[in-house]
Amino acid sequence: MRPVSMERVEQTRGEILDIIKSAELTHEQKVTCLANKADSLMEVLDLPEGLDELLNVPGDVKCICDLSEGHAPLRPRYITPDYGKLMKEGCKYLNLEAPRDLFEALNTLLIFYKHVPSVTNYPVYLGQLDDLLEPFIDTVDENTAAKLIKMFLLNVDRTVLDSFAHADIGPKPSKTAHYIFEAEKVLEDAVPNLSLKYEEGVSTDEYLKEAVECALTCAKPSFANHKMFTGELTENYVIASCYNGLPLGGGSYTLCRLILGNIAKKASSIDDFKNNKLPYVMDIMARYMDARIKFEVEESGFFENNFLAQEGFISRDKFSAMFGLVGLADAVNILFEKEGKEGRYGHNDAANQLGVEIMEIINDFNNKHTNPYCEVTGGHFLLHAQVGLAEDQNITPGTRIPIGEEPEELIDQLNVLSKFHKYFPSGTGDIFPIDLTVHRNPEYVMDIIKGAFAKDLRYMSFYSSDSDVIRVTGYLVKRSEMEKLDAGHAVIQDTTALGLGASRNGHILERKVR
Amino acid sequence: MQGIVTKIIPFSSVDGPGNRTAIFLQGCNLDCKYCHNPETRKRCINCGECVKNCPAGALSMENDQVHFDPTKCVSCDTCIKTCPHDSTPKASPMTAEAVFDIVKKQMPFIRGITVSGGECMLQPEFIRELFILAKDQGLGTLIDSNGTVPFGNYPELLEVTDGVMLDIKAFYDDEHKFVTGGSNREILENATYLGENGKLYEVRCVIAPDLYDCEKSVKATGEFLLPLYKHHPFRIKIIAYRPMGVRAEYSDMRVPTQDELSGYKDMLSEMGYEEIIII
Repeated sequence: MRPVSMERVEQTRGEILDIIKSAELTHEQKVTCLANKADSLMEVLDLPEGLDELLNVPGDVKCICDLSEGHAPLRPRYITPDYGKLMKEGCKYLNLEAPRDLFEALNTLLIFYKHVPSVTNYPVYLGQLDDLLEPFIDTVDENTAAKLIKMFLLNVDRTVLDSFAHADIGPKPSKTAHYIFEAEKVLEDAVPNLSLKYEEGVSTDEYLKEAVECALTCAKPSFANHKMFTGELTENYVIASCYNGLPLGGGSYTLCRLILGNIAKKASSIDDFKNNKLPYVMDIMARYMDARIKFEVEESGFFENNFLAQEGFISRDKFSAMFGLVGLADAVNILFEKEGKEGRYGHNDAANQLGVEIMEIINDFNNKHTNPYCEVTGGHFLLHAQVGLAEDQNITPGTRIPIGEEPEELIDQLNVLSKFHKYFPSGTGDIFPIDLTVHRNPEYVMDIIKGAFAKDLRYMSFYSSDSDVIRVTGYLVKRSEMEKLDAGHAVIQDTTALGLGASRNGHILERKVR
Repeated sequence: MQGIVTKIIPFSSVDGPGNRTAIFLQGCNLDCKYCHNPETRKRCINCGECVKNCPAGALSMENDQVHFDPTKCVSCDTCIKTCPHDSTPKASPMTAEAVFDIVKKQMPFIRGITVSGGECMLQPEFIRELFILAKDQGLGTLIDSNGTVPFGNYPELLEVTDGVMLDIKAFYDDEHKFVTGGSNREILENATYLGENGKLYEVRCVIAPDLYDCEKSVKATGEFLLPLYKHHPFRIKIIAYRPMGVRAEYSDMRVPTQDELSGYKDMLSEMGYEEIIII
């Protein structure tokens, strides 16, 4: 452990006092922030040379971002427990027997969630709810089942205080999913985030329609291309956090992101970007991720001592890591301007082609870099199109077309997206606010989903232009809660603050309505 | 052959079921007071008035014809607003093949196409050519028509048509003439013909309380259509008059309340209709 200066300690103490006195943070949020401040004084990672000037610099020149994971990771960033094992066997550590009816099944899950850590200190994966609950759904009558599921979801929203908590359903229809849709339409809550794994032929049209109608009411579920994900990650994958495809029973050690626009600013030409600046930053980021993973696996003790690992709800060899990026559009536009070329990302074939070439370089790099602890994904990280942070300014999420620059016609936007979604097994997605009139024609959205998945789009989210629950970048917030926070009141969920930041800096309320 | 095409909307959620590419043809033989796109009524006579007014330089006269350059257009609609002739310089002659090349870009995101207008049945042969191309690619085909052209005269068109969305703008002929300038005798005969042949996909009633007795008309329409509905069900759309796009002299009429619209819906569902949509 390397020493730190007293000056840094004093500065951190000042920040700690600010947190303690904050009027806008709840008690839970303060505790989390205090822990992060303590962690920020740690210097234990074996950092690659050159990282500091790419990571610890102002936002407009920063090239690598580690998304506030801290200096001494005490647990993997994202954990995806095998809740199926819990349903079958119970849990020794929590002294829970295997549930026998719906009451016990839901209670067991709610207890277990309290003990699943992550970077947010709340679980980012809540399980494949239809598979978990369907065996118990007929142990009570229909009204009771509907009421229990609704109370369960209400409980999750009010106790898992972070909308990165993600539950999955699909691809087959189920009574459980039906009760979830019915409840969510009434609750209109931000938590849990919800994905429907959709596959044409396996998921029925009635099921998809019900899901779309639900999404147009409360912005969930989102739709995941099941065929695509199973092709890359096998049937044992989950959608967690924003839209992250990850192996079940493991998760992701870490997620860092390249800020491509800022890397492009440093390049003198397209060639310089492709051959020098980008490879240099990728190499340092990959080695930084290696160092984080090494500490988690070899030194933190998490995999030896946490009950999740001890009892086999997770296993170390099912973890991978996410090699993220933001601002492909920014990089392309900056490089085009530098070379005096006409055209912008999303609108011009040559600009889009440069985007593809950049993605090929990143993909090749990732396929060559190996990490000994990512066995589950062939020794490689998984590429991830990161959705952005609340404080991001002039940074476009992942490979999206910037808000305000979306092509006039949705078809043109979809055709651009279809070039990029395939690169990101650990997640990418696009968001479409939908005009109110579509409430009377959910088949319109269904047709777009089916067409998109046939064209290798991976993940899509829709919300009605007038709904209270809206999708910020990958997670959900309530507009009404953002207004409360904006007026200076504490609000229950961590993610409301992120949404408010994103609406100020990321223009998320100005997306083109379709 | 060529059709006169006003515009093509790549993704439409309001021209039939699911996502469809909607093709609007120029020219109409009715003169509905509440028409919300009156610029589609007549064909351009190349008077050149719009060329003088276009602020973007997208219009020019070439060989006494108005020429439209879509790349310069800023969609301000000045041409439409200043046209003295209920037309638009943006409509242009296109072959069915050329239209279908544009349709194809939307596959596989669309389930079908809808031809609308204007009154598209003034160009039936063009629609047939377009629908043959669409059917060949597995796309659905719907016609949106005012029903004044007898479908019975075009059996070959109906062979490649999944269904027709038909307007019945007033049931009683005197009221229909007042609202649209034309008789509805042919329209009701068309409804019968299409209904009996299983080609009636949707019937629309536009509710404009200032123009005619809507309640009486909706009731009579419902009763008239019921035997056809029992033979082959279709959906009914109750469309509220809205002032958007309507010519100035008719743009301040009363918009029906939600309660009125729901009342008509309830009346029709009591008769036995199942799929009734209020727009």
